[in-house]
Amino acid sequence: MPQMNMIEAIRDALDVKMGQDKDVLVFGEDVGYFGGVFRCTAGLQEKHGLHRCFDTPISEGGIVGIAVGMAANGLRPVAEIQFADYIYPGYDQIASEAARLRYRSNGDFTAPLTIRTPVGGGIYGGTTHSQSPESLFTHIAGLKTVIPSNPYDAKGLLIQAIEDNDPVLFLEPKRLYNGPFDGDPHKPAVSWAKHELGDVPAGHYTVPFESARKVASGDDLTILCYGTMVWVAETSAKMMGVDADILDLRSLLPLDIDAIAESVKRTGRCLILHEATRTSGFGAELAAQVAEACFYSLEVPIFRVTGWDTPYPHAQEWAYFPGQRRVCGGIRTIMESQ
Amino acid sequence: MATSTKKASTKKKTAPKTNKDELISYYRDMLLIRRFEEKAGQLYGMGQIAGFCHLYIGQEAVVVGCRAAMKEGDQMITGYRDHGHMLACGMEPRGVMAELTGRIDGYSRGKGGSMHMFSTDKKFYGGHGIVGAQVSLGAGLGFANKYLDNNAVSLAFFGDGAANQGQVYETFNMANLWDLPVVFVIENNQYAMGTSVERASAQVELYKRGESFGIEGHQVDGMNVLEVRDATQMAIDHARAGKGPMVLEMKTYRYRGHSMSDPAKYRTRDEVNEVRGMRDPIDAVKDIMIKKKWIDLDGLKDLDKEIKATVAEAVDFAQNSPEPEPFELYTDVLLED
Ligand SMILES: Cc1ncc(C[n+]2csc(CCOP(=O)(O)OP(=O)(O)O)c2C)c(N)n1
Ligand SMILES: [Mg+2]
Repeated sequence: MPQMNMIEAIRDALDVKMGQDKDVLVFGEDVGYFGGVFRCTAGLQEKHGLHRCFDTPISEGGIVGIAVGMAANGLRPVAEIQFADYIYPGYDQIASEAARLRYRSNGDFTAPLTIRTPVGGGIYGGTTHSQSPESLFTHIAGLKTVIPSNPYDAKGLLIQAIEDNDPVLFLEPKRLYNGPFDGDPHKPAVSWAKHELGDVPAGHYTVPFESARKVASGDDLTILCYGTMVWVAETSAKMMGVDADILDLRSLLPLDIDAIAESVKRTGRCLILHEATRTSGFGAELAAQVAEACFYSLEVPIFRVTGWDTPYPHAQEWAYFPGQRRVCGGIRTIMESQ
Repeated sequence: MATSTKKASTKKKTAPKTNKDELISYYRDMLLIRRFEEKAGQLYGMGQIAGFCHLYIGQEAVVVGCRAAMKEGDQMITGYRDHGHMLACGMEPRGVMAELTGRIDGYSRGKGGSMHMFSTDKKFYGGHGIVGAQVSLGAGLGFANKYLDNNAVSLAFFGDGAANQGQVYETFNMANLWDLPVVFVIENNQYAMGTSVERASAQVELYKRGESFGIEGHQVDGMNVLEVRDATQMAIDHARAGKGPMVLEMKTYRYRGHSMSDPAKYRTRDEVNEVRGMRDPIDAVKDIMIKKKWIDLDGLKDLDKEIKATVAEAVDFAQNSPEPEPFELYTDVLLED
């Protein structure tokens, strides 16, 4: 099987879909000629033509709005917003148009578009290049939000997203593009080259939404996580010597509540992780759903380890980022409570 | 208000007036920016500045010329390529350098970084990482000036790429509708990251962008500090007189990459070298000063030495300033009591 990093896997997914379906168009700022600031679209313009992979002006509102119109008129646009931090000018078009077209038109019109955008920290991006705004989107009915944590899932989920008949927000944890990152910035960077999840099949395959991935099986506690935090969770659980049941959610909405409930009912302990700020973060939704589905099985209170309720800082990034020390602290808290 | 949009080059040219002291001070200000930026680039290479860092090298005449036309109390606001603006506003090089390196003595206590610095004292309103957002804010500053009747004018700087953000046009409309004392300064350095103006703009004459809102616009040689100053003076006078906004398109060029990692596939080395060799704003001023015998080679050397010392002091200061304590992450999120 070809070995790919997450950038190559994303590019491959786009390439496969562009090859199969001439209605799939890829565009965004510096996406065509330059191939994207993270190189996710490199070579696609040469291969599929100027009219199918192209640059846009710096106009996020217009990019998303035009994509919605294209989608309503039969195309399958894949728009890139260069960093999730820049998506807000397009938020109105996502929330009020893309996500509402089907409902408002009695099912006559749909907006099967995909918006790809890098999220998360760990690259010293500071306030305007590190945010994790997923909960602003999972709060929107009519929109799906997915987030891969590895190359295999990235390709399969992206193809699934493009084929989906509703709008999908595809979040790319930028710290994982080149390799898994377990939260320790002082360790030498690891690449996807020898990783089993860097084994990415050629051609077409999909990873269905609403299918959490079991990262590790155990009976001591359940750890719910997604994106970069998956790797922090795995390492932290090993460091703590606990048998954790770790679920990589992959899709936040729709959510694989069955897998979550199965796990939490078995372990009775639930730790929730995300990089995003805590208050009204996606962890709050997870905690509520776990409480609703598993209340009588819970042995100890649900615990969250998240970003602090502050803007993302330039200095002290590792004090902000919920790394191993804090995740281990969360595991300890849960295991020591009775 | 009648619109007229003009290309400065089509006007009959009389050479802008200047004198020795003035020109030497512009030269010093531009050179400070250049040396500061060169040093920032080096520190980045050494891993002492992390993340994003957008250098202003090549564009120095724009901000220095604009600043020369501003009066005490006038304000500046810009995007993320902001170090030059801060230095031109008189903010301390050491405070800027300390911010770049993420230290407690930086203008934003290290939490803002290269793109996010401010000074109420120097009337510098940032330093904004989101492309185009500062344009509306700049008009808001102008609105407040008008309401407060304080006679101040705000200058909102943005790039050729930022000129394609929708909110710029919402702002143009309101600014002229309400005759706000704001000057829109478009720093057209011909590229937005790897995208040239031609590949992103249906109308590449950016000084015309205010036309349909009735905003007068002018194209200016942004590599000529005196022309920049005079055009800005005209726009500021217009705004201060209550006649509303103006658009100035400064034709300029950035020598370095967009940020620090930029493979620069989108332009040739020759193109960069040609501008550097033929249109460099600092060399141009140097030539005038030498020709007029306002300074000699020793004088130039002394100036350079003085500026290098200022920059070295800034670096030293930054390196000796500690990182903020983790609790600082929680300060200034909201007003604490
Ligand atoms: C809303 C938003 N979209 C995209 C970006 C990413 N970005 C940062 S700078 C830039 C190019 C801007 O070019 P221009 O306005 O010409 O300014 P220059 O960099 O040339 O000074 C882009 C696309 C951003 N910071 N904010
Ligand atoms: Mg530009």
